Amino acid sequence: MEIKTDYHKRCAVVKVAGRIDSATAPHLQVELTKIMDENIYNLVLHLSDVTFISSAGLRVLITTQKTVKKNRGDLALAMIPENILAALDLAGFTNLFNIFDDEVSAVGSF
Amino acid sequence: MSKKTYPVDYKSLAEIGEFVAQAAKKTGFKGNELYKIETAVDEACSNIIEHAYHGGADEKIVINVKPLPDRITIQISDFGLPFDLNNANKPDVKASLDERENHGLGIYFIKEWMDLVDYKTRNGINTLTLVKFLKD
Repeated sequence: MEIKTDYHKRCAVVKVAGRIDSATAPHLQVELTKIMDENIYNLVLHLSDVTFISSAGLRVLITTQKTVKKNRGDLALAMIPENILAALDLAGFTNLFNIFDDEVSAVGSF
Repeated sequence: MSKKTYPVDYKSLAEIGEFVAQAAKKTGFKGNELYKIETAVDEACSNIIEHAYHGGADEKIVINVKPLPDRITIQISDFGLPFDLNNANKPDVKASLDERENHGLGIYFIKEWMDLVDYKTRNGINTLTLVKFLKD
């Protein structure tokens, strides 16, 4: 898994590539926590290059969403591959996140 | 039948996924159906790594895959503490954000995305059998 964070004026965009499983999900949580520790609670997770997400990855998403919402922020999801969307849908996550077809729209939502 | 043994380590998950995906592809699975199989196996193995072992000898996961013309059968065996999936509570996937539990989704994925799920413990060996049929 690779993570790259870009800071914009109103939000941070975190681009993840590869597998988000039990081995790698903790790294993603560390990166997101690091950003939130800087008092940035508007986040975009760019998922176009994610090949796999397990429940460990979904736990990171839900934990982060809970934290940012408490701080009047939001975790938006952008460019979700079909398989990943199927997992989010089965988990009932599609109602809990704002989902965007492209990164620009996600960034523009803040 | 093809068999491989892996160390009980989250780092094994990517390799296990690759091994199962190759067998599933041979059976004819592709796209989202293939992804569902990979997910079920990943969740089952993650569960074993997290819960079954607490240090000690014989810490391994054995994966058997059996591609058939109309289905794939995957057997996942471990030698640790048994964990019966049948007794797991179904998560409330309609719950609001605040009411969301942080666990339970993995087993839910396995049950929803595989056609047959069977769990047995015998002579200290726990075996989870997962079957998925090819759709026309």
